[in-house]
Amino acid sequence: MKVMNMVNAVNDALDIKLTEDRNVIVYGEDVGVEGGVFRVTEGLQLKHGVERVFDSPLAESAIVGTAVGMAAAGLKPVVEMQFSGFAYPALNQIISHVSRMHNRTRGRYNMSMVIRMPYGGGINALEHHSESMEAFYGHIPGLKVVIPSTPHDAKGLLISAIESNDPVIFMEPKRIYRAIKQEVTDGKFTVPIGKAKVVSSGTDITVVAYGAMVREVQKAIVMAKEVGISVELIDLRTIYPIDKETIAQSVKKTGRIITVAEGPTSFGVGAEISAIVSEEAFLHLEAPPKRVTGFDTIVPLPRGEHFYMQTPEKIFYEIERTVKY
Amino acid sequence: MFKEYSPIKEKMFQVIDNEGRVINKKWMPEISDEQLVKAYKDMLFARTADLQTVSYQRQGRIYTYPPNYGQEAISGATAMIMRDEDWLVPAFREMGAYLAKGATLKEIFLVFMGYEDGSVFKNAKNMLPMSVPIASQLLHAAGIGYEIKYNKKNQVVYTFVGDGGTSEGDFHEAINFAAVWKAPVVFIVQNNQYGISTPFKVQTASKGIAIKSLAYGVAGIQVDGNDFFAMYQAIKQASEHALSGNGPVLIEAVTYRKGAHTTSDDPTKYRTKEEEDKWDCTDPLKRLKAYLIDKKLWSEKEEEQLLPEFKQEVERQFVEAENYPAYKLEDVFKYMYDEMPDDLKKQQNEYDNFLKWKEARK
Repeated sequence: MKVMNMVNAVNDALDIKLTEDRNVIVYGEDVGVEGGVFRVTEGLQLKHGVERVFDSPLAESAIVGTAVGMAAAGLKPVVEMQFSGFAYPALNQIISHVSRMHNRTRGRYNMSMVIRMPYGGGINALEHHSESMEAFYGHIPGLKVVIPSTPHDAKGLLISAIESNDPVIFMEPKRIYRAIKQEVTDGKFTVPIGKAKVVSSGTDITVVAYGAMVREVQKAIVMAKEVGISVELIDLRTIYPIDKETIAQSVKKTGRIITVAEGPTSFGVGAEISAIVSEEAFLHLEAPPKRVTGFDTIVPLPRGEHFYMQTPEKIFYEIERTVKY
Repeated sequence: MFKEYSPIKEKMFQVIDNEGRVINKKWMPEISDEQLVKAYKDMLFARTADLQTVSYQRQGRIYTYPPNYGQEAISGATAMIMRDEDWLVPAFREMGAYLAKGATLKEIFLVFMGYEDGSVFKNAKNMLPMSVPIASQLLHAAGIGYEIKYNKKNQVVYTFVGDGGTSEGDFHEAINFAAVWKAPVVFIVQNNQYGISTPFKVQTASKGIAIKSLAYGVAGIQVDGNDFFAMYQAIKQASEHALSGNGPVLIEAVTYRKGAHTTSDDPTKYRTKEEEDKWDCTDPLKRLKAYLIDKKLWSEKEEEQLLPEFKQEVERQFVEAENYPAYKLEDVFKYMYDEMPDDLKKQQNEYDNFLKWKEARK
């Protein structure tokens, strides 16, 4: 066991797979010499060589598009989008080829690749550096979308993602890249894609969160406990395929649910979860499912961002409202 | 050759004239008579299949189809140089190259009849399916080129795009990446003068496409794409260049799309009969045929005898495609993932229940 933050954990997972599988190739903007703007890939080029860990020219569509070719030719590219807000030029490749090539060729060519991207707000950044657009990746058939909330899960999920024959969008909550440290198992282990985790059990209300919001909910749970509300926290971990079973099972027990997420409300992950519980646990509901998410606005620049982000206090407020409904 | 025909000199590479006479002995490629006749026959087959497909479309027997008519020498020449182990990364107007790779007409028909199964091209080694989003495939070629270098393989990637596609960012990004990586990729631009209805001069203010190679630091050449010998020589030189570790080559093949963009398009709206007639004189098959007849390697009579055979073969494969088994519900779901999510299985089951209900109502 070693104490690690998420940056270390992702780096460790990449290192393990680079060591184990010669087909794994890591590239993106500034990932080589510098080790990425968040230093996630630091040291990997030195250890594994410039042919396997390298800086690409600055073009997101090309980073993903060339990964399509590499995957078709049998490599396992793990590419980095420097920020999720700069990944949009790659969407044509992601939607038109990454997600479809396996289906288009009836399984002849799989698109075994991982597209890593730091996402989310709360870091006092310039425009384009704070958004949470996981819902639209989840909306693209053919992709799997993963978001870890802890160093342990980041490592185990990333290893699963690299080993998956399906393409995985791996979104890293950059706000907690270094904020959470925990003991992480040495060597190789996997955390399964598609399985949510019940972080803490409770009986009054279910809260589904993921990424940086898990920690905020945990703080809200302390406040809820003080007023006698028992909260069950589910860390979604995978956006798609979404773990309906764990969500439905929990709501059947608690009768109430809120989703805490950073992205815009409409058509978001919270909307999907509300739909799931109305389909899977309708007769168990004692309050309307609530989306505790960003506004349908652009994430405000740092001076206004506090209005947009979910804080423990805001989450507690919503928990209490739903319990008292 | 790439020095002699540097695009900066604005000199298009040609070997034969419109009458099939050799005008550039120095660069006349050495091709055996046998190979040459085979190349002509293959191009003639592709043209026969292409024209017949358009007529099937008019009969309502196949959906939208993008004709190759007039551009056969580009695929035909590539087909002769491309080896089994080389990669083919298509756009969607290179039928001769697909057939040479081992794709069948039947599979091509299936694609345009609305079956994904057509795109498998299971006997075509190292060939990606056709790519509809314009220029997006060029990046796949660059990525494959990286893999070839990474694994020190002796392979070349041949990839295609039209003149319209050169306006896309992916065109720029692909050549730039391949150039930085010195990847063995031959980028072939079929400059057929039109992106659907939009003429070349509306695509770019550049004098041509080949000249763009200079800025990427790669070899480039403008070739008469309707001159089979010139295309053959250019592709051959490009493949040797790429195989020797010199990086990518950009070939601009100047041609003319004699047909429509697709069968949904009406070229009479945007171009004149005079223009079509002018280009008709440069037709690649006419020119190669004139050369072959002059060398006594071919005759009108032989062609007359061959054409009905070709038509029959096209018809045979078309009818086979028409009789392809019906699309099954599971075909919608089965290949979305290597590991199918439970929810997809559920969606399939739910629809299956509907189908059973529907059946029971009858």
